[in-house]
Amino acid sequence: MQDATKPTRKEKFKVGIAGGSMTEVEYEIPASEPPVLPPNAELSVIGKRTPRLDGRLKVTGAARYTADVKLPGMLHGRVVGATVPHARIRSIDVSAAEKAPGVRAVYVHERLMGSAVVSDKTKELSSNYPIVRYAGQPIAAVAATTPQAAEDAAKLVKIDYEVLPFVVDADDARKPGAPLVFPAPADMAGTAGGGGGPAGVPQTGNVRGPVKGGMFGPPRGDVGKGFTEADVVVEGEFRTQVQTHCPLETHGVVADWKADGLTVYASTQGTSSVRDELAEVFGLPKTQVRVITEFMGGGFGAKFGAGNEGVLATHLSKKAGAPVKLMLDRRTEHLSAGNRPSSHQILRVGAKKDGSLTAIHLLNYGTAGVGTGAGAGGPAQNMYDCPAVMTEEADVFVNAGPAAAFRAPGHPQGCFALEQVIDEVAEKLNIDPLALRDKIDSNEARRTERRLGAERVGWSKRKAPGSDAGPVKRGLGVAQSVWYRFTDMDSSCEVRITRDGSVELLSGVQDIGGGIRTALAQVVAEELGLKASDITIRIGDTAFPNGPASGGSVTTNSITPAARNAAYLVKMQLAALVATDLGVPAADVLMRAGKVEAKTGGKSMTFRQAAKHLKTEQISSLATRSPNYSDGKRVFDKYGGVQFVEVSVDTETGVIHVDRVVAVHDCGRPINPLGVESQVNGGVLQGISYALYENRQLDRNTGLMVNPNLEQYKILGSKETPVIETIIIEEYRGRSSTDAGGIGEPATVPTAAAIANAVYNATGVRMREIPMTPARVLAALAAARKEGART
Amino acid sequence: MNAFEWVNATTVDEALGQMGSTSLLKAGGVDVLDRLKEGLDAPKRLVNIRNIKGLDRIEGDTATGLRIGPLVTLAQLDVHPVVRQSFTALADAAGHAATPQIRNMATAGGNLLQRPRCWYFRSRDFHCLKKGGETCFAQKGENQYHAIFRNDVCAIVHPSALGTALVALGGSLELTGPRGKRVVRAEEFFTLPAVAVDRENSLGADEIVTLIVVPPLVSGSRSAYTKLGEKESFDWPIAEVAVVVERSGVNVSRASIVLGAAAPVPYRAVAAEKVLVGKPLDDASARTAAKAALEGATPLSGNGYKTTLFETVIRRTLLEAGGAK
Ligand SMILES: Cc1cc2nc3c(=O)[nH]c(=O)nc-3n(C[C@H](O)[C@H](O)[C@H](O)COP(=O)(O)OP(=O)(O)OC[C@H]3O[C@@H](n4cnc5c(N)ncnc54)[C@H](O)[C@@H]3O)c2cc1C
Ligand code: SF4
Repeated sequence: MQDATKPTRKEKFKVGIAGGSMTEVEYEIPASEPPVLPPNAELSVIGKRTPRLDGRLKVTGAARYTADVKLPGMLHGRVVGATVPHARIRSIDVSAAEKAPGVRAVYVHERLMGSAVVSDKTKELSSNYPIVRYAGQPIAAVAATTPQAAEDAAKLVKIDYEVLPFVVDADDARKPGAPLVFPAPADMAGTAGGGGGPAGVPQTGNVRGPVKGGMFGPPRGDVGKGFTEADVVVEGEFRTQVQTHCPLETHGVVADWKADGLTVYASTQGTSSVRDELAEVFGLPKTQVRVITEFMGGGFGAKFGAGNEGVLATHLSKKAGAPVKLMLDRRTEHLSAGNRPSSHQILRVGAKKDGSLTAIHLLNYGTAGVGTGAGAGGPAQNMYDCPAVMTEEADVFVNAGPAAAFRAPGHPQGCFALEQVIDEVAEKLNIDPLALRDKIDSNEARRTERRLGAERVGWSKRKAPGSDAGPVKRGLGVAQSVWYRFTDMDSSCEVRITRDGSVELLSGVQDIGGGIRTALAQVVAEELGLKASDITIRIGDTAFPNGPASGGSVTTNSITPAARNAAYLVKMQLAALVATDLGVPAADVLMRAGKVEAKTGGKSMTFRQAAKHLKTEQISSLATRSPNYSDGKRVFDKYGGVQFVEVSVDTETGVIHVDRVVAVHDCGRPINPLGVESQVNGGVLQGISYALYENRQLDRNTGLMVNPNLEQYKILGSKETPVIETIIIEEYRGRSSTDAGGIGEPATVPTAAAIANAVYNATGVRMREIPMTPARVLAALAAARKEGART
Repeated sequence: MNAFEWVNATTVDEALGQMGSTSLLKAGGVDVLDRLKEGLDAPKRLVNIRNIKGLDRIEGDTATGLRIGPLVTLAQLDVHPVVRQSFTALADAAGHAATPQIRNMATAGGNLLQRPRCWYFRSRDFHCLKKGGETCFAQKGENQYHAIFRNDVCAIVHPSALGTALVALGGSLELTGPRGKRVVRAEEFFTLPAVAVDRENSLGADEIVTLIVVPPLVSGSRSAYTKLGEKESFDWPIAEVAVVVERSGVNVSRASIVLGAAAPVPYRAVAAEKVLVGKPLDDASARTAAKAALEGATPLSGNGYKTTLFETVIRRTLLEAGGAK
């Protein structure tokens, strides 16, 4: 709903999918916001494939990432992490470290961030230090004049552990008598971007929950009745692994504590959320904490707050009286900086002969380590039309690093199960998988995506499972994505025009690699009739108007309307100044192709000439995201996409190769189709890597991670990269002044499921656990042969 | 990484003069750097042999055999016309190891002498048997990438692709020490943990590999090499096979079949070699040989799948050597 105290006006929007039939709706919108933006085909900058404006800086190495920041007198920090998975610390001796050459400060951590904590403090084990609950847990940090000196000194911190029994395997942790990770029920605060689980959940042993229902409400309908009414019921058991985020740039900050305030350069997805957390931890007014993220080397949900490293670096800087850089090493990054929880799902789906679903029931046990939020129920709850849906989900605590939000929390896991079971239902009912989805999914965008993708990939030529002769079998599979249109209302931009005709935009929003810098330039340029490269974009600094945190695929949806609104307001200011010269009222001044002219034709001037009319050096406008336009009937929007995958499976070695992916996605109005494609490429590749390779491997006997590097933690590389064909549909719903949406998360949700369905189509064998390694594929093929021999 | 002294040797003698129990040789430095960073080695002195002249050449041909300097890079071996044409297994072993960037840096000598990649060995957190500790953590731990043969003491797999190919080709190493040179057959050079668990070969602490020798090929013989990994980019094999097949007429007169990623040394599948002799090389004989090769395997809790894999990879590599590709 719009703010009732502000004037509004009515506008008519054409809604629907470009290329399809459009209808018209009328929404009341704030009077200060610009007129309806026509579809992309009628625009000159928005919707055009625009190479990122900072691409040159990035490829030449000129872009300054947090890891590149060097301040005068800067010290180098190093974290001291726990070497055991569970312990009470008897004592910590920092004296040798303090005396080591080059050391300027040593700080022992007092308040651990990012993990669950025992809710009733009186039930926590008594200890002078935070209890160690995972190997790699930060305990202290050292600042010294060189990285090497800091590393050497860190080794001199002596920690005396009283070692406690531990458990790292989620199945073991569920057993009665398993070592307890927490002595009493524990909770964790949620993070921006959708991590963390609900609070106050009943806990038995290491198991928290199961919780019924999900993010958008309680269970629906009566599943018992649904299953009795079903003509077919399919049940499957699925397991997914723990995946770590592995951004190229690890977590880290440069913290500079000064008497008049704290400045922090951070590799973060949220300048504002880092500011807020540091202000809270250090008791500073938010205005005295400045967070800067000029360029950012990747984040998939684990880089929101200040993090342990941010708090430690700030303490060190305060203590040493000098700026401190603290970037995690790769090992610490794997161990302690977040991960995607595992899942163990038992999923039942009931359907009528005609395909319509009658019931979905999901039981899931996942582990988020010492964190919460291992739910995977989103797809089961929200993907398909089904009258009865029950999800029951539990977090299983183990002695391992806490999970954090990770690119569509819960959804790749949930999709992996749901989309395979839906395919099994289709097979049982002898209905084509796409035809079944048309029956159970009424979403117009998804329907369009299925049709476009099927045409492009050649779905009609799909063969029956396992029909290739020879050891290498090819297959084609499909799966869909679901995600939600979240909006961050704390999204503001200022746009300035200067008398020389130059234009700049300022906002705290950060570009985490998704390309928002370029999208913002396009939006402002479109409004002012300029080129994207004409606009100077200054972002990633909390000294600018507050920007949204980049998680939950909110950025483009949240900030581009604010940018357009601000550009429109400043444009109206300029229009008023030139209106007399052009001989028309300000409302009839047009700006396009670098010109400022009367709508009716006649006089015209260049944008630069117009700017000369400024009475002051600069004019400026500030705007903030307003609520989605609505007539009171708007329902909460979902995004999605449909991915088609072609694989080859070598049935003698178990090696799966993904050959081709056709990814069809929607994201409202695509601002920069090239940027959207890059996000889809990244989502697909991360999805393949998750499906086939990545796995956090903990040693069962010691609880330590054996692959905390980028060699033994396996990630897809160039040779595993398939041909990716992306089709982006334009879905207009008149939601805001840009009607833009998000793509980061939906792009990775369905990939693993689509691969599994393709492997089934290739071999006739279902892969119910990821990563689908050669060992697992061979085992599944052998089990199927045995089964075949028996029947 | 510890602080160390850096010495640039320009001749073999200079290098020998700088060696000692606290020195470490550095060729390409790919493996050395990894070990220093993890703190597995903390030498007082690093002796850079990269600039020694004359050790970076490939000489010889099919008739004379090859003389390969230890500083020849994997990238050079991959594209050298004689190696590619006639000693295919060696070229393919070099050309499939690691990544293009690493192959440009990595030397043949360093590849043969690199330490194992067992993740317990490579982590400073585990003081395992090989590092002087009490336990082989792999035996009851995470052993999916470990050995399926000769794995009772320490279950590493020998990491060197060149080692696998070199043993198959019957190659040897020239080792130079303060008392002069000696030549050791590659097959004997690599040693099992039962001999000494803290090392993988019989190089003396004061010796340098100064030459890699590959004998001439019997006419009509062919070699082949296959690396199978979970993925191709930036990864190690889970099964690796090098074969040399000699024939008289249609029948195999001699075969050499060596498995990598299978045992703590490049592992000769002697039983399989015998099976082939006197038979034509076809799908049936390759299958029988592959089965025979896996007899006596002792997989651990998590690597039984490797026996299935090896059967396939051995058969395919044999057929490739037989010209069936
Ligand atoms: C991601 C990754 C994947 C890899 N995949 C593979 C693979 O699939 N197959 C494979 O075979 N390898 C693989 N490697 C390993 C790589 O090939 C070796 O690390 C490299 O060949 C070592 O050569 P170097 O010249 O850099 O040796 P260095 O690091 O310089 O030396 C290695 C060891 O050899 C000793 N040494 C070197 N030269 C001599 C000499 N002349 N005489 C005596 N001792 C000497 C050194 O003292 C040291 O102990 C991989 C490595 C990485 C990082
Ligand atoms: S296999 Fe060898 S190197 Fe690995 S843990 Fe066992 S003893 Fe150590």
